[in-house]
Amino acid sequence: MEYISLFVKSIFVDNMIFAYFLGMCSYLAVSKNVKTANGLGLAVIFVLLCTLPLNWLLNTFVLQPGALKWLGPKFAEVDLSFLSFIIFIAVIAAFVQLVEMIVEKFLPSLYSSLGIYLPLIAVNCAILGGSLFMQQRDFTGIGEPLVYALGSGIGWYLAIVALAAIREKMSYCNVPKPLKGIGITFITVGLMGMAFMIFMGIQL
Amino acid sequence: MDKKLKETILNPILKGNPITVLVLGICSALAVTVQLKGALVMALSVIAVTGLSSLVCSLLRNTIPNRVRIIVQLVVVAMMVILVDQILKAGEGTYAIDKQLSVYIGLIITNCIVMGRIEAFALGNKPIPSLLDGIANGLGYGLILVVVAFFRELLGSGTLFGFQVLPSGYVPNNLVILPPFALILLGCIIWVHRAIDKDLQEN
Repeated sequence: MEYISLFVKSIFVDNMIFAYFLGMCSYLAVSKNVKTANGLGLAVIFVLLCTLPLNWLLNTFVLQPGALKWLGPKFAEVDLSFLSFIIFIAVIAAFVQLVEMIVEKFLPSLYSSLGIYLPLIAVNCAILGGSLFMQQRDFTGIGEPLVYALGSGIGWYLAIVALAAIREKMSYCNVPKPLKGIGITFITVGLMGMAFMIFMGIQL
Repeated sequence: MDKKLKETILNPILKGNPITVLVLGICSALAVTVQLKGALVMALSVIAVTGLSSLVCSLLRNTIPNRVRIIVQLVVVAMMVILVDQILKAGEGTYAIDKQLSVYIGLIITNCIVMGRIEAFALGNKPIPSLLDGIANGLGYGLILVVVAFFRELLGSGTLFGFQVLPSGYVPNNLVILPPFALILLGCIIWVHRAIDKDLQEN
């Protein structure tokens, strides 16, 4: 039951885009049509799903204050949490490179359709942000970070596909010239964010 | 100072502003602008990180193998962010702000401005111009951050830097404090910027 509430909450209430603005750069850059948005969204879900539990394991058994207890009583006092940024980003960058190689080798059609978006995921704030929020939330057990990763990935996916659909339709609209392109996109995302705010404060 | 150097410094602040023109580093620009103080600290942190990491990557530019350059750059940037984060945590006045900015200080690592400048400028230029380029891009970013935060704090709480500015009869507009308004405000800033500078308009 807790898992379901965490799942729904991470999709709607704590939506990566509308509540925290994470992954905004690629969100705005790659939402010109639904097809590429779809590909990037799926890639984000996948990478989030793999790196977040991995980083949770590292955080619990290596980085947290006192996490190195399993090495012996001498290490019980060690606090490596200041290293977490560098470790998390190294895991993410290495993992993205790995995924890129595997996809290139075994699924060349998917690789060519994702193109440059795959390496770009390494610098997608939503991925690192997921790991940093995980660190703040003190999850117990590996199940929670997995569910959280899946939920926030799906939330990001929904947001980018919705924006891409709106932008496809909006290309037929008569927008004031200085506002065309990125300006009107910002305002659209703002209005979408307001719509998403109906989920705010819902207790599950 | 020769002309090219001047261009390097002035271009990112207006004509090639990282946020309004290149649309990089939006995430933190929106999340930390509820109050001017937080925005200012964030802007200074980003200036320090972009400047220093551009400098270091430029110094290393002939030794980094091309295939693994992304990871090397990320490690350099992450190191600078850790330094900034530790300094903010250590300062007496800045500790509270560091808590308020929460994960967004850490997210400077994935701020596209930092990586973008390293890729586009620092890897092909000498250290000193790279340092200046990094600082100038940080300044362009900070400028937008401060403008957005100014309006959001003024309209959202009637204060500036925590001091009451608007008369006490002013009813704070709660919508301004909420995240979506930052996007709309940024959209309006882009509108004004492009209405003045017609070269930037998209077709």
